Amino acid sequence: MKRAGRGLNEHGTLVTPPPHPSLASGGGSRLRLAASFGCLAYVMTCFAISAAEIPQNERRSSYADMARDSKAMQDDDTANPGMLSVLDGEALWKAKAGAVGKACADCHGDARASMKGVSARYPVFEPKLSRPINIEQRINLCRTEQQKASPFAFESKDMLALSAYVSLQSRGQPIAPPDDQRLAPFRETGRTLFNQRQGQLNLSCAQCHDDNWGKRLAANIIPQGHPNGYPLYRLEWQSVGSLQRRLRNCMIGMRAEAYEYGAPEYVAMELYLMWRARGMTVETPAVRP
Amino acid sequence: MARALINVPAKAKRGEIIAIKTLISHHMESGFRVGPMGVMIPRDIIETFVCTYNGEEIFRASLYQAIAANPFITFNTVAIASGTLEFKWTGDNGFSATESVNIIVE
Amino acid sequence: MTEASATRRQILAAAGGAAAVILVRPAQAQRFTSGAMNLAIRKVVGEANVTPGKIKLDIPPLSENGNSVAMAITVDSPMTAKDYVKAIHVFTEKNPQPNVISVMLGPRAGRASIATRIRLADTQTVTAIAELSDGTFWSDTADVIITLGACLEDTP
Ligand code: HEC
Ligand code: HEC
Repeated sequence: MKRAGRGLNEHGTLVTPPPHPSLASGGGSRLRLAASFGCLAYVMTCFAISAAEIPQNERRSSYADMARDSKAMQDDDTANPGMLSVLDGEALWKAKAGAVGKACADCHGDARASMKGVSARYPVFEPKLSRPINIEQRINLCRTEQQKASPFAFESKDMLALSAYVSLQSRGQPIAPPDDQRLAPFRETGRTLFNQRQGQLNLSCAQCHDDNWGKRLAANIIPQGHPNGYPLYRLEWQSVGSLQRRLRNCMIGMRAEAYEYGAPEYVAMELYLMWRARGMTVETPAVRP
Repeated sequence: MARALINVPAKAKRGEIIAIKTLISHHMESGFRVGPMGVMIPRDIIETFVCTYNGEEIFRASLYQAIAANPFITFNTVAIASGTLEFKWTGDNGFSATESVNIIVE
Repeated sequence: MTEASATRRQILAAAGGAAAVILVRPAQAQRFTSGAMNLAIRKVVGEANVTPGKIKLDIPPLSENGNSVAMAITVDSPMTAKDYVKAIHVFTEKNPQPNVISVMLGPRAGRASIATRIRLADTQTVTAIAELSDGTFWSDTADVIITLGACLEDTP
């Protein structure tokens, strides 16, 4: 099988070898968590606390503080493993699925046109559910309602692939949260969650990402914590992952109870993060350390 | 299912040295990692990568566990004739993937 | 696991990936000290001398995660039918397995230059060895310092 990959250099090609066990993730992390705890305790004693939002003109993508090689990986589609997931997503986009036997492409046509700027607007308010949904949940609604197919599990290879492919169509676009009053209370919930101290270390997201961004935490520079690159390839994960996986990482680091994937709390946080990053450029599929 | 991305110039001058970039999806499980239940996760890596140019081998690599997940390998070759570059990755558990790219040499 | 002294922490880092910052110190003279690495090198070069020079191992001074460290290698060679690089081998001192990659080249490569991304488990020396068509071996080494990052990961 051979063809040019969309959004890739001339020779973006794909391969279909025999089935192969999917990515194993995580494991054996007790030591690393122990290290986190120590460093977080240290954080609490010496961090500035001001609880002020970042002025719009001071916002910066984590990309800006990455090492040269990580930037190079993101800048070159043929070096970015996130693009392998995008290729999977492109194939899924065109594959017929479910009882209806229709592909995403059968209803939406060429994703480059129909999906342009879409994920930059998400989460959106879904009237049928009377609550906001993120892009993964929208894809699953099309799976279950339009295709009559089973929903993808959050963080599954297929879900990451399709959401990466859909979100790639917004690469270079500004994050543009809809001006929809129905979203306002949910966004406020997200803001509250972001500013509220939580977990056994009694830290808030804002303490790191609003008040102390740019400072070093152990070996890492604390970023502003923007959602503009997801799904993305994280070196630490050695795989592609969603924004919610990243939020889980931070919550577990704070020794807070992580929510289930797809939980309304995460969607509320996504809403707030997207609003906080409004106007910033989508980088999907980004690379992060 | 593994995906691969190959970057080779579509056209080159005869005698020109061209750069070839290859990227393939594979977790390169090292076999040294402890899984959630304290059990070692078995090794599962790509061991060999070979590139042939019009049937003749021009590059071969043996990979070990220290190669990062989703192996990325770049190398060079002299464009000698129009034809096909073929890429083959093989590894543990019967893993095998092949890809080919055409090049026009003027 | 080939190196009995590897600690659990190194093993975890080698494979699963504790986040790390990697600093490269200028390489010193060649010294194949670690047992496992030395053995792996001897397997390739036999009894031949390995001379520092001709090969350049390029690892950036600051890399952000031991799971993926960019590495580029160039060998100074005309790459003609009579004088070319046959192979390039890379070894690490403290990864649980000393071999990293071995590539076979020939005059048709035109330029003896490769790049890949590697995993580094710990502060250690990385050694690259070039095998030339005249049977000589040349090396370059880089001492790589890794400090584990924190506040970073969990199981998803
Ligand atoms: C049978 C036709 C059909 C199929 C098949 C289908 N969709 Fe949809 N899709 C729709 C319709 C209709 C809407 C508008 C839904 C609404 O407003 O409730 C929509 C909306 C969307 C949106 C949101 C667009 C926006 O502007 O907010 C996305 C993203 C999307 N679909 C992705 C997909 C993906 C991915 C697939 C394949 C897994 C898919 N769709 C399959 C009909 C379809
Ligand atoms: C102790 C400090 C700390 C706290 C508290 C914290 N984070 Fe983070 N966060 C980090 C660090 C450090 C990184 C970057 C990790 C890296 O470079 O790999 C990060 C990364 C992120 C990113 C990814 C940014 C990108 O460019 O991909 C997001 C989003 C994020 N955090 C959101 C949150 C949210 C939401 C919370 C609260 C639930 C939170 N963080 C709490 C330290 C923190």
